[in-house]
Amino acid sequence: MSPFDILRMAFGALTNNKLRALLTSLGIIIGVASVILMIHLGQSASRSVTQTISNLGSNLIIIQPARSKRGAGGQRIRADNFEIEDVDAIKRGIPGVMAAPAIFHGALLMYGSTARAGSITGTNNDYLDVRSWKLDAGRLFDPAEVASGAPVCILGQTIVEELYGERQPLGTTLRLDRNSCQVIGVLQEKGNTAGNDQDDVLLMPWRAVQRRFKGRDEVDLIFAGTRSSDQVPRIKSSIEILLRTRRGITGDEEDDFEVRDLQEIVQTLEQVTLTLTALLGAIAAISLLVGSIGIMNIMLVSVTERTREIGVRLAIGATARDVQIQFLVEASVLSAIGGVIGIAVGLGATWIIATLLELPLVISYPAVFISVGFSALIGIVFGFVPARKAAHLNPIEALRHE
Amino acid sequence: MTRPIVSLEGIHKIYGEGASRVHALAGVDFKVMPGEFVAVMGPSGSGKSTCMNIVGCLDVPTKGSYQFMGVEVESLDRDELAMLRRHYLGFVFQSFNLIARTGAAKNVELPLVYKGIPRRERRALAADALTIVGLADRLDHAPSELSGGQQQRVAIARALVTQPRLLLADEPTGNLDTKTSEEILNLMVELNQTRGLTIMMVTHEPEAAAYAQRVLMFVDGKLVQDGPPEEVLS
Repeated sequence: MSPFDILRMAFGALTNNKLRALLTSLGIIIGVASVILMIHLGQSASRSVTQTISNLGSNLIIIQPARSKRGAGGQRIRADNFEIEDVDAIKRGIPGVMAAPAIFHGALLMYGSTARAGSITGTNNDYLDVRSWKLDAGRLFDPAEVASGAPVCILGQTIVEELYGERQPLGTTLRLDRNSCQVIGVLQEKGNTAGNDQDDVLLMPWRAVQRRFKGRDEVDLIFAGTRSSDQVPRIKSSIEILLRTRRGITGDEEDDFEVRDLQEIVQTLEQVTLTLTALLGAIAAISLLVGSIGIMNIMLVSVTERTREIGVRLAIGATARDVQIQFLVEASVLSAIGGVIGIAVGLGATWIIATLLELPLVISYPAVFISVGFSALIGIVFGFVPARKAAHLNPIEALRHE
Repeated sequence: MTRPIVSLEGIHKIYGEGASRVHALAGVDFKVMPGEFVAVMGPSGSGKSTCMNIVGCLDVPTKGSYQFMGVEVESLDRDELAMLRRHYLGFVFQSFNLIARTGAAKNVELPLVYKGIPRRERRALAADALTIVGLADRLDHAPSELSGGQQQRVAIARALVTQPRLLLADEPTGNLDTKTSEEILNLMVELNQTRGLTIMMVTHEPEAAAYAQRVLMFVDGKLVQDGPPEEVLS
């Protein structure tokens, strides 16, 4: 028998019972589609996390006081906040590092008759470099403004859009609670990352926020940054040593502050999404297994139903091998068709969900090829038992079968 | 001297073991020469079906020698038996046994598929065979669209298409009415006389056996009578 004849025979047998063939394939379709969907969504999520983090600044180091915890004697230990001198010390003490303080303060922003709640960030010009911000229009703070705490501000796109609409913000005066600031710059749009609007930002010189809003000399966070990411570990440990000295922590005492970089967070999140992807993929693979058993089941039923046909085929000169190949090919065609449709459905569903969730669309060709190969393999593996059963029928008994 | 197509000597067939042992054939000898039309008769359980299965290379004897076209059959394995059936034997069954939802021509082509004949040639051969049985205008009809007699004609065409040396028919008229039976039997006689096709036909109807030139009568696993129908059936 030529391979074409074998395929033609298999298609002929399957089209004789189209509904059954479709329902049998459905198990494989659902199985393959869910494996494809889970793997792709997992990778999309992972890509999304990575993009989010790099949007935040991939060489970013975040320094914050430790959360208060119980010391050896059971009493609460409160870590001191940082002060602006810490920022200066980091900049002076460690070459090649940028450092920016961040002081956060919530306020009501008003321009003309529009108002909205917003968060003010008190900082310096390094902040833009460290957080990968770029100016869209206007200028940065000048050193005198930073030193004196002048009431000037740089706005993110969301605040510009909501408060100004079509109007020009540069040079206007924006009211912030009982204070006000002059708009000197506008930031480029950065978009959403992980559901956070990055453009909902208002920058002021740190001293202005301390004096006019906080009334305290503290700094909430320090952001540090480097030019290249391979310097991050070295600079992190330099910062730790420097801060331990400044805060009088000696010997094996624990740090009362945390120095974290985003690489760590990226790695942790990637690990989490990888684990989740593997888990969801494994669950989806179970449905593929169930679908495979469905194929075996239907092929067994088919062999029983077509016992007499098998008897005729053997009588007119088919060898046991001919019959075995025929049933194997039927099972493989069923699962391969299911596999191809399943991939199409899976990729379609991935596209729809990725679009709805605004995730980046990642197509993993290895996952697609493995699915194709696996579904063809299913036919051969799960078709083997029924095909063997068919091939080993006794022609005389098969012909007598009612 | 021409060589017999079928030659059985001291054929025994025993099924089962111990208490459930059945001696289906107990020493059968006969020969069938090319061009003969032989009817095989006998009550059920007489061993005539077992004998036909052995002659048809579907089964092998427990004891004795069976030569098909001069080949010792009992030494052959499953695949070699399949090759004998594929190239030299044609089968017609009581219940037609056509493949459902498959056109007449496709059914007739089936043995040629296993023979490895290319598709174009298969089509032509199948059409020829269906023309011989008088169904040239029914090539694409599925079995369900054909009458019983027509289905049996398709089955005969399927058996003929490989140009076998021996046609084995197992109660070919068993599921047909009298008039259609006569048509089928006349077709077989015609094939035997005009094409020299050797035919062995199992039947339990004396009317059908009367169409043959020779009748073999089986009783209790033994061949008890062998002669022309007028002699055996009287």
